[in-house]
Amino acid sequence: MNLPPFQDLLDRHGREVHRFLVATIGGVEADDAYQETWLAALRAYPRLRDAGNLKGWLFTIAHRKALDHFRQRSRSAVAAGELADVAVEDVHRDEGEVWALVRRLPHKQRAAVALRYVMDADYALISATMGTSEEAARRNVFEGLKRLRTEYR
Amino acid sequence: MMDELEALLRGGVAEPDSLPELGPAAAEAGLLDVAYTVEDSPVGRLLLAVTRRGLVRIAYLGGGQRADQVLEDLADHISPRVLAAPARLDEARRELEEFFAGRRQRFGLALDWRLVRPGFGRRVLQATSRIPFGSVSSYKLVAGEAGSPRAYRAAGTALSGNPIPIVVPCHRVLHSDGGLGGYTGGLDRKTALLCLEGVLL
Repeated sequence: MNLPPFQDLLDRHGREVHRFLVATIGGVEADDAYQETWLAALRAYPRLRDAGNLKGWLFTIAHRKALDHFRQRSRSAVAAGELADVAVEDVHRDEGEVWALVRRLPHKQRAAVALRYVMDADYALISATMGTSEEAARRNVFEGLKRLRTEYR
Repeated sequence: MMDELEALLRGGVAEPDSLPELGPAAAEAGLLDVAYTVEDSPVGRLLLAVTRRGLVRIAYLGGGQRADQVLEDLADHISPRVLAAPARLDEARRELEEFFAGRRQRFGLALDWRLVRPGFGRRVLQATSRIPFGSVSSYKLVAGEAGSPRAYRAAGTALSGNPIPIVVPCHRVLHSDGGLGGYTGGLDRKTALLCLEGVLL
């Protein structure tokens, strides 16, 4: 099977992978996670058997890297004796604040909301990326939105 | 129905002006099999590609040859780990610039011959790479040097498939009667290169 040159993937999906990572883990760590995502993809690429859904494959990797960063951060927060920041501050109604709230959602909801609204992914792609059923993908988006609505006012 | 929250979410997140560059990290991790860049030159746009072994491809772009075709070819024949990584081509770019400026007559670049099957064709190109700056040879002579003086047609075929023109100077091979013969980048480019070397006026 002939795989396209890797640069093709990077040109086509680089920006959206970066957006997804900014949405889920924030701008500070997104650059690192971006490199990690693409290096992992590059490492595995020649062994890929199916070139049919490269975008889904990439987002699965990006999703895993985002999860790694999220876990690392929770671990270091616990190690530093910090409490998870659950307080909702007086939130102004702008984009940045909405995404700050998204980043406080439980990981599955956060990833699902980011995929749905930043990537414009359908539920099939969300479920494939996150390794869940489509039903669970719908529920994660729905629950995420519900929680955002109570916090965002 | 879309409410205000969904509208904000659809507005997306801030985009950086430029994305982090992958080439250096990929090279450091040993995952960069083919690095390439596209450069302007006095003989038109060139795509340059290197592997860990050396320069593997110089492609004339335009005139029916597109960069994506060249890259697909590299992915198929070498490795799909193909990335734009201009810094990996610094040395090749510098030597070519010097050549076009008339300050360099010999290339010191390591070459990767893997796009040419071993055998007569590769021997023809290797014989061609020994033709000095400013001189010319013939299809018959390079065929002879490759071991079959009568196979000058096959030598022409091998030269027309030269994956590393300019550096492997197939432009220095002419017909024994003095005719220009063919050229992988078109005869205008062959003429320009021979003028640059002072062979043609």
